[in-house]
Amino acid sequence: MSARRRPWRDCLPPPSHHPWPIGAPARPVDGSQSKEEAFRSQIDPHRCVESSLVRSGRVSDEIGASFRRASEKEAPIRGSQGDSPPLCKIPATKACTMPREIFGDSRFTQQELPACKPILTPRWVISAFMLVSIVFIPIGVASLFASRDVVEIVNRYETDCIPQPSRSDKVKYIQSSEDKTCNRTLRVSFLLLLIHLGSVYNMFEYQVPKHMKQPIYVYYQLDNFYQNHRRYVKSRSDEQLKNSNSESDTSSCKPEGTTANGSSIVPCGLIAWSLFNDTYSFSRNNQQLTVNKKGISWKSDREHKFGKDVYPKNFQNGAIRGGANLNSSIALSEQEDLIVWMRTAALPTFRKLYGKIEVDLQENEIIEVTLQNNYNTYSFNGKKKLVLSTTTWLGGKNDFLGIAYLTVGGLCFFLAMAFTIVYLVKPSCTFETLAKRNWLHTFDELSLKGAEGLGRRLGKVSEGSRAWWWRGLPVP
Amino acid sequence: MARGRIRARIRRSHLYTFACIRAQDAELEEPHQFEGPGYSRIVYCNEPRRHEKKPLNYCTNYISTTKYNIITFLPKAIFEQFRRVANLYFLLAAILSLTDVAPFSALSMIAPLAFVVGLSMAKEALEDWRRFIQDMKVNMRKAKVHKGNGVFGHKPWMKLRVGDVVKVEKDQFFPADLLLLSSSYEDGICYVETMNLDGETNLKVKRALEVTLPLEGDTGFKNFTGKIKCEDPNPNLYTFVGNLEYDRQIYPLDLSQILLRDSKLRNTTYVYGVVIFTGHDSKVMQNATKSPSKRSRIEKQMDKIIYVLFSLLVLISLISSIGFAVKTEFQMPEWWYLQPFVDSKLYDPTQPALSGLFHLITALILYGYLIPISLYVSIEVVKVLQAMFINQDIHMYDEETGTPAQARTSNLNEELGQVDTILSDKTGTLTCNQMDFLKCSIAGLAYGTRSSEVELAAARQMASELDGRDSMSSNKNGADASEIELETVVTCKDEKDQKSPIKGFSFEDSRLMHGNWVKEPNADVILLFFRILAICHTAIPEENEETGAFTYEAESPDEGAFLVAAREFGFEFCRRTQSSIFVRERHPSSEQPIEREYKILNLLDFTSKRKRMSVIIRGEDGQILLLCKGADSIIFDRLAKNGKMFEEPTTKHLNDYGEAGLRTLALAYRKLDEAEYSAWNNEFLKAKTSIGGDREAMLERVSDMMEKDLTLVGATAVEDKLQKGVPQCIDKLAQAGLKIWVLTGDKLETAINIGFACSLLRQGMKQICITTNTDTSAQDSKEAVKENVVMQITNASQMIKLEKDPHAAFALIIDGKTLTYALEDDLKHQFLNLAVGCSSVICCRVSPRQKALEADIGVGISGVEGMQTYKVLSFLQAVMASDFAIAQFRFLERLLVVHGHWCYKRIAQMICYFFYKNIAFGLTLFYFEAFTGFSGQSVYDDWYMLLFNVVLTSLPVISLGVFEQDVSSEICLQFPALYQQGPKNLFFDWYRIFGWMGNGLYSSLIIFFLNVIIFYNQSFRSGGQTADMSAVGTTMFTCIIWAVNCQIALTMSHFTWIQHLLVWGSVATWYLFLLLYGMLSPVYSGNAFQLLVEALAPAPIYWITTLLVTIACNLPYLAHLSFQRSFHPMDHHIIQEIKYYKKDVEDRHMWTRERSKARQQTKIGFTASVDATIRQLRGRLTKKYSTLPPQVAMSSPS
Repeated sequence: MSARRRPWRDCLPPPSHHPWPIGAPARPVDGSQSKEEAFRSQIDPHRCVESSLVRSGRVSDEIGASFRRASEKEAPIRGSQGDSPPLCKIPATKACTMPREIFGDSRFTQQELPACKPILTPRWVISAFMLVSIVFIPIGVASLFASRDVVEIVNRYETDCIPQPSRSDKVKYIQSSEDKTCNRTLRVSFLLLLIHLGSVYNMFEYQVPKHMKQPIYVYYQLDNFYQNHRRYVKSRSDEQLKNSNSESDTSSCKPEGTTANGSSIVPCGLIAWSLFNDTYSFSRNNQQLTVNKKGISWKSDREHKFGKDVYPKNFQNGAIRGGANLNSSIALSEQEDLIVWMRTAALPTFRKLYGKIEVDLQENEIIEVTLQNNYNTYSFNGKKKLVLSTTTWLGGKNDFLGIAYLTVGGLCFFLAMAFTIVYLVKPSCTFETLAKRNWLHTFDELSLKGAEGLGRRLGKVSEGSRAWWWRGLPVP
Repeated sequence: MARGRIRARIRRSHLYTFACIRAQDAELEEPHQFEGPGYSRIVYCNEPRRHEKKPLNYCTNYISTTKYNIITFLPKAIFEQFRRVANLYFLLAAILSLTDVAPFSALSMIAPLAFVVGLSMAKEALEDWRRFIQDMKVNMRKAKVHKGNGVFGHKPWMKLRVGDVVKVEKDQFFPADLLLLSSSYEDGICYVETMNLDGETNLKVKRALEVTLPLEGDTGFKNFTGKIKCEDPNPNLYTFVGNLEYDRQIYPLDLSQILLRDSKLRNTTYVYGVVIFTGHDSKVMQNATKSPSKRSRIEKQMDKIIYVLFSLLVLISLISSIGFAVKTEFQMPEWWYLQPFVDSKLYDPTQPALSGLFHLITALILYGYLIPISLYVSIEVVKVLQAMFINQDIHMYDEETGTPAQARTSNLNEELGQVDTILSDKTGTLTCNQMDFLKCSIAGLAYGTRSSEVELAAARQMASELDGRDSMSSNKNGADASEIELETVVTCKDEKDQKSPIKGFSFEDSRLMHGNWVKEPNADVILLFFRILAICHTAIPEENEETGAFTYEAESPDEGAFLVAAREFGFEFCRRTQSSIFVRERHPSSEQPIEREYKILNLLDFTSKRKRMSVIIRGEDGQILLLCKGADSIIFDRLAKNGKMFEEPTTKHLNDYGEAGLRTLALAYRKLDEAEYSAWNNEFLKAKTSIGGDREAMLERVSDMMEKDLTLVGATAVEDKLQKGVPQCIDKLAQAGLKIWVLTGDKLETAINIGFACSLLRQGMKQICITTNTDTSAQDSKEAVKENVVMQITNASQMIKLEKDPHAAFALIIDGKTLTYALEDDLKHQFLNLAVGCSSVICCRVSPRQKALEADIGVGISGVEGMQTYKVLSFLQAVMASDFAIAQFRFLERLLVVHGHWCYKRIAQMICYFFYKNIAFGLTLFYFEAFTGFSGQSVYDDWYMLLFNVVLTSLPVISLGVFEQDVSSEICLQFPALYQQGPKNLFFDWYRIFGWMGNGLYSSLIIFFLNVIIFYNQSFRSGGQTADMSAVGTTMFTCIIWAVNCQIALTMSHFTWIQHLLVWGSVATWYLFLLLYGMLSPVYSGNAFQLLVEALAPAPIYWITTLLVTIACNLPYLAHLSFQRSFHPMDHHIIQEIKYYKKDVEDRHMWTRERSKARQQTKIGFTASVDATIRQLRGRLTKKYSTLPPQVAMSSPS
């Protein structure tokens, strides 16, 4: 070999610049700078000199210190060793000043804004699931208790209130003008359904006597009544309800906007027209129970939505009579039955508030109900129910909510346990997984894809041939 | 002008033997005979005024690449917008919303559409404005134009007219297609760089007609007139047909007189030309076909998803309308409260089919929420912002030229993350095209102590490994031995020279420098070597007035490097005349340099076929010498029996050089005696003056006769400097699993050289060349050629299969013509399989058309002078037409591995999430509708729906699309293998898409049914009131807002304040909106009046339901994610975790090991070359170690 000999160890920088012992096994990879510092200095725009140094060295980081040693300047070889620059100076570029001016010294544009990077580590996952279950189970229990506090009496009457002889043609009966008074009795108790699965499938109903605290809400419940039908929902005029001047604003009320002679109906529309008109009166021990019908609607409806100076007009004057009639001397804002009815229900089965009984009802008390069964649900086989219910902070009786909460909470608890076990058995992925994973194991298969794509474009590969790479199979 | 005078005005054509000969016999050339359509253009030279009237009123030189102008913008842009199927669908829906059919108010349909379309149009307008500004920059460039009376003045390009005489100076662009009249060279040639047109870096020679040569100096054009008849504007860059009528004579014109717009004048002080084609008539503009708007793979796949969703939409619409028809026919007559028989067009029980049909339209509009209206516009916004980040990335800013990276179209950002093959152009993209004279071998001795980059890197790595071994074993002898070995190969090299580096020369060896060569054993051979370097070339010297130093205008950079080297050795080539070369020789014995004249008798030019060039000179002593340089194989074949003295050591050196990634040439000479020469010269002259097609063949044969019986002098090794950072970049790209194909128009050998230069090929790699023999292909039938190709491919595949060495790597080199055969249907499988088995693929002689075909994404490199262009990644478009422009090849790494990776994941996640949220929302509408007797009623207020896509959920998605980072940029760069997630399409495969859709389905079910059951018929307020439709709808909508926003928060892995603001801000916005909406007059807000304040907020069940539904919706995703992380973690999960636990800091060994493992299998790139070198060194070391006792090895001097 003809090249001149130079002991390469001469290239070594003075020892003071190598704080680690030469050849020590675990020295920092990035020279005297720790990796973390190196990262930070890259991120930090103000430490640009170091950053560019690190960056240029990044390529062969792993070669590390020895990299520097081998690539040392010639100066220390030839001349004095001591006064040469110790590190292989890859010149720090001016990159930091100039473009910073152009781009604005902004971590935003460099996408280096400080960020939190939550990752789902086992601890996080388990804590999250635990947290959910800790929050959910008490809520579930609380709602279940609240729901159990509600006492609810449901009485279905649409068939019972039709005299036996008329039951063959209920529609005819309901449309007739005879008196439809009907008496019902309710016992203050709680209906409990028990399904007995013995040798025979049996369903028992138990009436559990329960005390009912006032206020007791009276609801009517209709079934199979499509208050949410688009034709129905749209058939109203908020303008007209609010404003006495907008009486003629009935364009949206079809087909119940105007009477046959063209004068407008107030309140117009199908909703108002089909107003529920069964009435209930309650008595206990032959003593009338007053049903308070004030304040059953939403306050904002009464005060802002239904005008105080808007009175019913031409209502139920048409050829076909719908539901209830309205007293044309009472302003709409006072007609709370109408206001409640006008809040159309979301589902075909719905309850609406009828009134409030503002006295307590004792256990096993018998309530006499006198009702006028006027409303036609018979055409569409709709059920009618009278409901007396108390409420709690949660509203009415709602077991489902509690059960749902308990279910989700329980599920989360289960998951938390499951993950805990998993992590106890199999602590963490990280290096071990990385080590198992051959980073490049799929490259060849991949490049096959790439080549195929390329080939297709270069030589218009026919479609039929795509199958093999798509399935990842080797080419036949 | 001053420089022009100093440069010797030589007729360059005399220097060339056959490449550049101007046909002497003018009578041979007849004016072109053409007439009729296609050849109607008439140009009156120097009389631009005659072109002001029809029919000669050609278009101006103003160019415009804008899509719109002020008037056409609105209609055109709107038309463009509604060409999108989705937008058209929404337009139809909006129109129908004016009728009764629509389930929503007209406003709620039109407003989002207007917003979305408006935003897209604003973006279009902005982009077009930018284009306009760029056009104006070009249009306002100044050109020197003849203003009459021999006076030239400046004019903006756009004011140029056909017929104008323009003067273009060195390094300027031609403003239009010009007819070359004369140049600063006496014989009217000039050099043109056409990189902007075809991307080729080599200069092209253009020659003016003999008759126009006397037109010289500005005044010469005072009375110049002429008439050009030529072809009409056409896009063909490689043809031109025309006649010049000048002085009552007609002369034919061809392409060699035409200077095309956008090409650049090089190495020529100035030229005069007449404008023939202006503006959009010019060839380059004609060629600029409207680039078809490219769509990324993700977007194409997205279209498929949209089709899926459309089918879903149609399906549920059909279900809904059938349900509706059935209900209408059988049940509606019973629903007296609907007055079914009065005034019911759309709900006519008597015509259920018709009603059903109407309802189908209603349903199609209603469920339109399945198709995210804001998807396109959000993606556009995101991409523009992503492009902004790319443009502003400081790490892709080239401080030397001051150019940042530029995303020219934002359409393809995410495609950057899915690249699997990089098609790179030749030299210039990867290498600087600058050669450095690094080593030489003279008379069997190797000189030059500097190391090439490959050697240097190998040494570094070995040193580091040695360090490791040092610590482990104390095998002193072994370590010493390797030290010695290292040193003989490598000497520590400075990264930056202290002394000002000489361009093209990085040779260092005191044995040759400073005249020390005289003391070397074979000084006479060395002298000859230097003389060959100084004489055997075709360059022209150019003197710098101030310093008196010479620079050289050489045809190839290698030659330039040789001349510089010769100069540095003391043989300064200083003057060239028609027949002689003057070299200032500085002998160490004498102080003053002696100027020697060498008479050039003949010059046998370099062609790729010959792979050599020779000059025959007569020295001052009268000795006739043939000096020859050429490819080593060629020269070695032609050595005389007694000229092989140094063959063996030279061959060895040549191999070493090749290993080190250097370009080598062998030098040789031959002494001729007078008689032999004159005999040969006669033949040569005969051949030269012969007329006919076989002249070249004859010349070649005659030259061949002379170039034999040579005596070997030595060899040179030149380093084709890679561009800064290129090896590392190629390395990383290779680690990222990208295949790098080099496509080049070059010849096979050049292509291979380039492959070596940029580490795609290395010594020891098995090269598989697949070519068709050009000689026979003309006669052979296509079948025979193909059979040949098949055979070659089969053999090669067999070879790869049988290879046992695990380190063996193969390179495939194929020429363009063969490629067309290889890619024919029946062969392509075989070929592609072969290509995949090879580590690198080089396609040479690829036609420009083949190049242009396959550009998926064009990345251009915007270089030093603004417009210098290269191509990456299908670098096959000029910067002007490329999709991305970066200033340096090395930025490609960041562009792909960081930005591409991010953009891909961002867009993929964003689209998935988009579909998720719209399914989650849209399906609730369907479920509810089923509960309303399929009547088309929606549970939500119109305003909620209007805001859902446009306001309430759009910004978090955009923040996901713009700011999401799975891992930081540093980690992306550390683990290029992460990039594979893109090409593998892990984030947008159907599994994932359907997963997200399933998640959406699940969420919709949970949201709807939980709400409905909870609010079934019970009172929800303590006041006893039951929930109406608005309360249920609003609660449900609240749940949706929470669920989808929490979902996106779970999806994100990178939260800055922006994400927090947008995600939680969206939720807050919903409550704010509800509050404000409730405060409006009930005439506007309807049932939502005071809903939140009065009814919902005081009701605990509202909040409890929200919490329940939100958690229940996100539970499966969370569980899935946790499960995946612990059982099937994806690569980025692992890395995130490592970083999170700071394992990289704690467990450095592991970290390093894993990182180096990531690149183990790459077979190309710098690292691979280094590895191979190291293997070889080790091999040699062990050999040496076994033959020599350690002591001897230690003390062995050079």
